[in-house]
Amino acid sequence: MRERRCTAAVVLSLRGGSYRYPGAALDSLQDVSLELPEGSITGLLGAAESGLSTLCLVLGGLAPRVIGGELRGTLSIDGQDVREWPMHRLSESVVLSVGQPAGQLSMVAATVYEEVAFGPANLGLPRGEVMARTEQALDRLAITGLAGRDPRRLSGGQQQLVVLAGLLAMRPRHLILDGPVSHLDAGTTERVLGTLLDMAAAGAGVLVAERRTTPLLGISSNVVVMAAGRVRAVGSAEAVLADPALLALGIEEPPVLRTRRLLAEAGLGLDHEDLR
Amino acid sequence: MKPNLGADHALPPGVAVRGPTAWHRLDPLTKLTLSVATVVAVVTLGGVSLPALLGMLAVLLPAATAGVLPRVLHISLLLALPLAVSVAVVNILFTPTGSDVVAELGPLRLTSEGVRLAAEVVVRVLVMAGAVTLYYLTTRPDELVASLQAHGAPARLTFVIHGAVAMIPRLAERAAAVTEAQRARGLDSEGSLLQRVRGVSAVAAPTVSGAIAEVEQRTLALEVRGFSRPGRHTLLWAPQDSPAQRIVRWCIIAFVALLVVVRLTGWASPW
Repeated sequence: MRERRCTAAVVLSLRGGSYRYPGAALDSLQDVSLELPEGSITGLLGAAESGLSTLCLVLGGLAPRVIGGELRGTLSIDGQDVREWPMHRLSESVVLSVGQPAGQLSMVAATVYEEVAFGPANLGLPRGEVMARTEQALDRLAITGLAGRDPRRLSGGQQQLVVLAGLLAMRPRHLILDGPVSHLDAGTTERVLGTLLDMAAAGAGVLVAERRTTPLLGISSNVVVMAAGRVRAVGSAEAVLADPALLALGIEEPPVLRTRRLLAEAGLGLDHEDLR
Repeated sequence: MKPNLGADHALPPGVAVRGPTAWHRLDPLTKLTLSVATVVAVVTLGGVSLPALLGMLAVLLPAATAGVLPRVLHISLLLALPLAVSVAVVNILFTPTGSDVVAELGPLRLTSEGVRLAAEVVVRVLVMAGAVTLYYLTTRPDELVASLQAHGAPARLTFVIHGAVAMIPRLAERAAAVTEAQRARGLDSEGSLLQRVRGVSAVAAPTVSGAIAEVEQRTLALEVRGFSRPGRHTLLWAPQDSPAQRIVRWCIIAFVALLVVVRLTGWASPW
């Protein structure tokens, strides 16, 4: 597979990262190096058991700080080694979404509004600032109408939006999102991806981890492919996602690109924009 | 210290909704103090009449004021009656110090002392169940958390307390969902005693393991959102406390403390 390195300014960086869970015999990540440039969206792609979620936990600071285990290598933000930073300090810069949406609710908030405000409130910001960030995050994801609802009584897709809003309200510099659109319908997926593009345009570094290729096409400037805990390819989204070798790693080719390839093989040279 | 909540920025409708009655709108610490004090006092007091009077004043009267009297009676009877009845039966029939025999049934002797002791136990259990039920029905867990934080309690402590208070209804919801899922897989949880016992074990294990897994995932989610940051966390709102309520709370605590001291030191004979 071809490799192409991004040349934009580096913000969040993992160098030679190898991670082993507590009590595990083998490393779940092996010598992974990843750079999350500011103002861009990086796609992280892999099949089940490829190490996607583990890498997200490491980049988000939860591994090994909270879940234990052993991390070798360097995790840095703007050149500063953050491995010794306490979690609450790291959370002012990096936020992470991983796991089922219902499991990411605080369970102390009676309403969606308070759930979204939970993060900024933990940071000790002035009340007016907390409310402003909350309302902006709700508005960005078009869920202001859910503000007075009990978050535990929402559908899985609505809960996912609430979780995302809660992270956006933190106004992080880096977002690590594991499967952010997995519970969403097509329309809501478009809305969320649009919000992520807006955040990247405003300077945030966003990592979107997915097991499906389609959500990454069109938003990611770079894609990193993982398999068996190792990085197998890094490059532009078009180049990486169009590589038929992805199939051997258990990753489907995006339908759009597959259609284009098949048409090209049949002598009908339609390009990507035509297929949209 | 009263938190500075910046009253000029109002919360949207549906957020921080106050309770429907004056009792609901009391500070949760006031209601919690009364509930705990009632439980301690009813255990300390002897006899039947004083615990019954306490139950009327501290449980039934506030419940009626809050419009939840039927539900308090229903739930506390449901919770307490099986225990109360079983303890009463044991006391009635097996009081070793009873001498005034009212009736005999083979080796079993019904004594007036046993009946009086049973009545005391029944009243105590019912009043305790009523006090706890009244608190649960008129106080949301998030109100308690906000009140504790407004009074300076650390965020971690309030979270633990919230978890303890909200644990039972949440476990019940989870158990109901697991039961439905197991039934869809063919579990027969009704019928003979053996089938019911099998049904309980098929539900209990996934309920508990699911709850533990949920705790682990939630811990990660909380850490990501800066929960472990030391120092004050911002409050969006807090229940309405007042100097009068603070005075009442301290008076209740002082009264119950005095009650306990008097009872333990035997200054007065059992009532």
